[in-house]
Amino acid sequence: MNPLAATTRLIHARTSDAGYVCGLMLRTAMALPRLHHRLRFLLDNAFNAGVRALPVTLIVAAFAGAILAMQTGIELRRFGDTAVLGTITALSMCREMGPFITGVILAATVGSSIAAELGTMKVSDEVDALEVMSIDPIDYLVLPRVIALAVMCPTLTVLSNLIGIYGGSIIAEQNLGVAPDLYWVSAIEALTSSGTLVPKEVYVGLLKSLVFGVTIATVSCAAGLRASGGALGVGLAVQTAVRNSVILIIVLGFVITWFFYFLA
Amino acid sequence: MIEIDNVHKRLGDRDILRGLTLRVPKGVNFVLMGPSGTGKSVTLKHVIGIFRPDQGDLRVDGQDVAAMNRSELMNLRKRMGYLFQNGALINWLSVAENVALPLKEHGRLPKSELDERVHQVLKLVGMDHAARQSPSDISGGMKLRAGLARALITRPEYVLYDEPNAGLDPIISQQIHELIAEVRDTLSVTGLIVTHSRACATQCGDRIGILEDGRLGVEGSVDEIVASEHPLARAFMGEGAD
Repeated sequence: MNPLAATTRLIHARTSDAGYVCGLMLRTAMALPRLHHRLRFLLDNAFNAGVRALPVTLIVAAFAGAILAMQTGIELRRFGDTAVLGTITALSMCREMGPFITGVILAATVGSSIAAELGTMKVSDEVDALEVMSIDPIDYLVLPRVIALAVMCPTLTVLSNLIGIYGGSIIAEQNLGVAPDLYWVSAIEALTSSGTLVPKEVYVGLLKSLVFGVTIATVSCAAGLRASGGALGVGLAVQTAVRNSVILIIVLGFVITWFFYFLA
Repeated sequence: MIEIDNVHKRLGDRDILRGLTLRVPKGVNFVLMGPSGTGKSVTLKHVIGIFRPDQGDLRVDGQDVAAMNRSELMNLRKRMGYLFQNGALINWLSVAENVALPLKEHGRLPKSELDERVHQVLKLVGMDHAARQSPSDISGGMKLRAGLARALITRPEYVLYDEPNAGLDPIISQQIHELIAEVRDTLSVTGLIVTHSRACATQCGDRIGILEDGRLGVEGSVDEIVASEHPLARAFMGEGAD
């Protein structure tokens, strides 16, 4: 096969995918005024997303905070500066680790489930059935899922941040000999030092998680709605949803950090 | 009346429809038959506006379907019902909720009247006993009947049937065929039926068209097609077919 033609075809396919996702996001935003018709589905989806992802998120966040404190503490101990451990753990969790962990777990659990559910509906003609009943699938299927994740991702991120910082405090006290009071005072000071009502570290992290939630839901819905070819197509849709969500989480996380800490 | 004139459609790298022309007069059941992959289901999806033709005209009651915008298409679809191969019921809704969905979504009726309409239409298809069941708990034949109830609840002028007896045993198939004929007779609904089944064609149909290579190979009344010596007619309607 001609490598140039293959590359052109790949670029065309990826551009078409990206265009579809952007179009879907736009159409979902335009469907927002009809959200009050979908409150039951919204609550069902939010509950499912929260319940499904909560245990894994909390376990991973606790260990991530512990690992962060352990690795940083080992180096800080060499310089006799373990007093700032609370600061470093709190800032890392709120700015980056909390939203990232929550996003990746939601992509793997809820995003994959959305892609499988909508993919199965697509290949079994249920999406076409909605169309022929004059029911907009964006309004009926996509909107409640996007809003549910837009709400649940920041909510889970807050819990993930708290549990991560707590996980770090256990390691700080047990393995590095940092007094709990010192750890928590330095953590709270780090998060409130900006002097704003909502500390910058917190709102930037929450903004990231909001963007991640919307992205995961939209990318997963897009993958499901474009599934074709039976069970194999549904499997590919799930794979596409998780892969694209994780890539976008990392890229968008970088862009938001860069914007708030280097540009703004 | 459904009028399809010289419609062409390419999907992926295959030409599915290659100049299909057919007429479905009001009040008749038109049966569309043909080998797999000749564009029968694609034709139905053109009629209801899911696909748009690459070339050619498609009109329903004189309105050009291909030229319709989204809101015009939605209005057209409110006058049509569509029975999918497996019923295509929404899995998280009960049978009754599925049937009520088109009316509920468009908010046309008060709840008491909506419940009454759901009950009537479920009774018509013999599914009133299963109203509260989930689609995952009912058989293929029941799913089809529930799908038909959903297609009929808006009191459509046209119903498009996509292989209404696929995968069903002969007894259930017979019930579905009787139901389709009853819908035409009692509700004066125009039907476009895609099937491979000779029994379905003879029991439900008034006219039969057989597709070949994306266009109509042979067309006529049921008696004409049954008596025809055309090879396609023999293959689908001759002795030993079905």
